[in-house]
Amino acid sequence: MKTMKAAISSLLACMALLSTQGSLAADAVVAPAAPAAPPINWSAVIMFIVFVAITLGITYWAAMRTKTATDFYAAGRGVTGLQNGLAIAGDYMSAASFLGIAALVYFNGFFGLIFSVGWLVGWPIILFLIAERLRNLGKFTYADVASFRLRQGPVRTMAAVGSLIVVIWYLIGQAVGAGQLLHTLVPQISYRESIVIVGGLIIIYVTFGGMKATTWVQIIKAGLLLGGATLIALGVMAHEGFSFEKLFSDAVAAHPKHMDIMKSVVRIGDKSNPIESISLGLTLMFGTAGLPHILMRFFTVTDAKAARKSVLYGTCFIGYFYILTFIIGFGAIVLVANNPQYVVDVTKNVLNLKGGGSMPAVYLAHAIGGDLFLGFIAAVAFATILAVVSGLTLAGASALSHDIYANVIMKGKSTEAQEVWVSKLCVVGLGILAIILGIAFEKQNVAYIVALTFSIAACANFPILVLSVFWRGLTTRGAVLGGYTGIFGSIGLLLIGPTVWTKVLGMGPAIFPYDFPTFVVLPAVLIVAYVASVTDNSDSAKQERALFDAQKVRSETGLGAEAAASH
Amino acid sequence: MSSPMAAKIQQNPKYHELVRQRDALAWSLSAIVCVIYFGFILMIAFTPDFLTQPISTTSVIPVGMLIGVGVIVASCLLTAVYVSRANGTFDPLTHEIIEEASK
Repeated sequence: MKTMKAAISSLLACMALLSTQGSLAADAVVAPAAPAAPPINWSAVIMFIVFVAITLGITYWAAMRTKTATDFYAAGRGVTGLQNGLAIAGDYMSAASFLGIAALVYFNGFFGLIFSVGWLVGWPIILFLIAERLRNLGKFTYADVASFRLRQGPVRTMAAVGSLIVVIWYLIGQAVGAGQLLHTLVPQISYRESIVIVGGLIIIYVTFGGMKATTWVQIIKAGLLLGGATLIALGVMAHEGFSFEKLFSDAVAAHPKHMDIMKSVVRIGDKSNPIESISLGLTLMFGTAGLPHILMRFFTVTDAKAARKSVLYGTCFIGYFYILTFIIGFGAIVLVANNPQYVVDVTKNVLNLKGGGSMPAVYLAHAIGGDLFLGFIAAVAFATILAVVSGLTLAGASALSHDIYANVIMKGKSTEAQEVWVSKLCVVGLGILAIILGIAFEKQNVAYIVALTFSIAACANFPILVLSVFWRGLTTRGAVLGGYTGIFGSIGLLLIGPTVWTKVLGMGPAIFPYDFPTFVVLPAVLIVAYVASVTDNSDSAKQERALFDAQKVRSETGLGAEAAASH
Repeated sequence: MSSPMAAKIQQNPKYHELVRQRDALAWSLSAIVCVIYFGFILMIAFTPDFLTQPISTTSVIPVGMLIGVGVIVASCLLTAVYVSRANGTFDPLTHEIIEEASK
């Protein structure tokens, strides 16, 4: 029986990027290594190469047009609402959500839906509370906004620490996922080679093309992913006579759990642990609204109106995509399970796939459109990883160069050229770090990565951002103490929680019994930020409160906001 | 930057009207999203039987699936509500406020 714990670990495994071995479904499959290497899928290889060639061409084009810091960090603020909406979708929809949610549905049924829902509901919150205000107040990083009227040094340092922890762990997850995925799809490329290819390409895209190249890589990827997923879903629906009723009843008939796949969502609640569910919900919702690479996208648009429209487009694309992954998962139950071409041994387990637990969507593409379509979907998955990693790398580099180097160390006295130069060095450094850590973490259990990154984003980045924009009373002391409470509270409770303490470290029963600490840490952050602010009677605190009115005028009306570059 | 303008804006009642209206809309829509989403999560925890029952006697589709898809659709619709209100009401008002301040 699937319990809350099993459900959560499925989620973690899924987001820990296709850790292909087994834990995608606690009760399913430990996939054996694929037997003798299959022949090279040339359509996949050719489409990889075409994608890489196109994106390198774009990088060259972008490099010619990237002269100022605004070009490098924010694509000259010339991105339109629709373009940014696509780029947001491209930044956010990871290979994990494409292959992972489809796999969750394939193994467990309906239960995959709850995670899709959780990953979407952060977007309306981003729109209502922060998107336009970020554009009006910020320059390159969300720390610009958080520190707008506060002391630059301590607030930016806190924000950069939070950003970097999120970015580096997110990068590790993506790198490990990239290595496993590419190696699975094209077995002739080893895990290490896959990671080096991805890391190398990212360094080229981002150092030369900056945010312009990153944006276009994300836009193209979003188009490919939405198009590819639409084609698979259409193929499934055509096979099922465009009847959802037939799709679901065929899936019930084909799946070894039969009718239970339509009830699996409830299994989470069987244990009736609403605290864990609510904590997960808070983490996904507010974590989305605090991811540095997502927040950074709002500095690239022309104005607050474009920022607003881009969230509407982004939300619709992402919501549409999640509904498609759901159809794809059920389609895989019908067309991939039980098929001896894809299943290791149909007489033993009709779900257990060759190549591991992340393969249902990939094999479904093959069942629908043969080798050519499988190659296309494999190339799309590769593009997906590149787009997400580019955005992450740029966000991490900007926290180091714009926040730490230019504003904390040089106290705003560095030139733009120096800052961009440092930023490019940081991109190279982060790219190399991602390669090294990706290789180092190959055999590690990385199931805690989602909880870690989303918890810090939800408990440090998001609340401090919202408080600094909406609450006059916030002072530097409140922001810094609150922010560090969020960062170290999340890390500490995760460390003694079930995933890390029990499963990764093997220290026995967890001291803190929940996988997602947000329901404890987020209120703690708010209390600390409140108490530390209201008890702060220093002159600088008074001045910070006095500056709130001017900040409010700018955040509400856009008066004095960074202009779009003229070229 | 242009702090005389900022001071003028702060004295304009339209500015306070803009802030009041936008805050009211933004926070109430946020509350609606939270109620919908956490309502769904709590239903999973407390009323599982309701969610697993099929939508009709001849169907295998459970009620919960429609509700889940409904939450996704509602998220998109609520963002559309905010954007249309902001484009239609807040932008013209902001424009007026800036115009009046730059006179």
